[in-house]
Amino acid sequence: MNRPQTDAPCLLDFVMHRSGLRLDAYGATLRGGEIGASTIFPGRRSELAGRSVLIGADSQFASARALIELDGLAARLVICPPDFSPRRLASVIAQAGIDAIVSDRAGKDFGADRPIYPCEDPSPVDDENRLPRFATQWVLPTSGTTGAPKLVAHRLERLLGAIKSAPEQRPIWATFYDIRRYGGLQIFLRACVTGARLILCDREESLGDYIARCAEAGVSHISGTPSHWRRLLMSPHAGLINPKYVRLSGEIADRAILDALRAVYPAALIAHAYASTEAGVGFEVTDGREGFPAALLAANGEVELRLCDGSLHVRSKRTATSYIGRDDLKLLDDEGFVDTDDIVEQRGDRCFFKGRRAGVINIGGLKVHPEEVEQVINEHRDVRMSRVSARRNPIMGDLIVAEVAARDAEAPRESGALEAEIFELCRARLPRHMVPVTIRFVPAIDILASGKLARRHA
Amino acid sequence: MSIRLTILSQIENVAAEQKKKIAPLREDLILTESGLDSLCFAILVARLEDELGADPFTASEEVYFPKTLGEFIGLYEQTPN
Repeated sequence: MNRPQTDAPCLLDFVMHRSGLRLDAYGATLRGGEIGASTIFPGRRSELAGRSVLIGADSQFASARALIELDGLAARLVICPPDFSPRRLASVIAQAGIDAIVSDRAGKDFGADRPIYPCEDPSPVDDENRLPRFATQWVLPTSGTTGAPKLVAHRLERLLGAIKSAPEQRPIWATFYDIRRYGGLQIFLRACVTGARLILCDREESLGDYIARCAEAGVSHISGTPSHWRRLLMSPHAGLINPKYVRLSGEIADRAILDALRAVYPAALIAHAYASTEAGVGFEVTDGREGFPAALLAANGEVELRLCDGSLHVRSKRTATSYIGRDDLKLLDDEGFVDTDDIVEQRGDRCFFKGRRAGVINIGGLKVHPEEVEQVINEHRDVRMSRVSARRNPIMGDLIVAEVAARDAEAPRESGALEAEIFELCRARLPRHMVPVTIRFVPAIDILASGKLARRHA
Repeated sequence: MSIRLTILSQIENVAAEQKKKIAPLREDLILTESGLDSLCFAILVARLEDELGADPFTASEEVYFPKTLGEFIGLYEQTPN
């Protein structure tokens, strides 16, 4: 694919302009100044120019390096989280018209046959001035209702929209949120643009080891979902770090987790941000209370918020622009608002998040459409119908549960055996967080006059 | 079955299902070093709510995050169902 060429700054320009970027992984360090004149795709950069490239590396470190090098060079960068099965990867590859895959592990199964570009040790660049510069589209997958991931298209300037100029004292960042998901990507981009240091977690690294590295580096700013923070608080390691800024995003930050964090980090600014892949960064709340000031609904600043039928709608220059490969889906309404499907209730001068509109389930910051799980369950030959819903959980926000109507409800097989087969099917086909934790067998599942499953509302 | 034994057997079940290798279940075992991750604990808490009829994490206003297996079991033993 090709896209218009551009003079706009690319990510590498920001990294070189501010200098100071330093990425620390387990046993590896990358300094911003070293990136400009080097490549991890020696002799093959021109093949990637103007192409649609999948970032399929296992490690955050390799992904970060590839993103910095390929923004402005590739026409499209699709950033896949590390837990995608070959089947889901194949769906992404087909939808995004991928023609090259960046990988840091030989032999990895991407579910589709495309040229692989291994991340190699950096070597000097010799084509600096010959390659055209593209206005690279950044693409992040999210859960979709059809069983295939939906691809959300962004622009670098939109992803950077919430990032203010660098503070006097450069922060040292850490993120529990993987940089290949929107919340973590924000932190990575923040480090790039402000010339900060970022400590990245390794795939095989334990929480204790990661926090020990963060402590050694003197981490001052740290970000994660409420579920990530609960995990840290359930470990003996929380006291090892002494951050100035604690950020929560990706899930509802309830009073319990905000209070618990304030007790552990009394000197820190505890902020919960509202952001999503589609809506971008909405706002940040720093008064230590759950919810957000109702005054934000009336404000006409960079981000406009509206409540429509209880659901939060967002319009700003930070939202995504469209879905890729799906002409039937509209990301923005006619006025440019994104419907977030997050249900908000106003009480006096405060607004509170009440959960997701019936349908989408948020498991520790990972959003899941029930249809994606139902489709897999329904493939079992002894299943007539299934309905997947959320069950509240104090550790991960929500978990997934399923109701199943067996094909032969009158004379069901030993339901234990069917249950085990459904679990096995789900585990083989879905990421772990999407596998139901319980399956309940029911005689029938209600269908509305519209022919759709009757779903309970959030 | 006692609360303690119910918890221990559910930990074994969840670990087996999630294909996690767990450390010996001693009283002073650090939960984050047990081999179970957040999703495993989330499932464990849901299963225990079904079996014991109690969820100490949401039962009270004051939330306390246990760090060792002993503290985790104690939380359930102190929570009326």
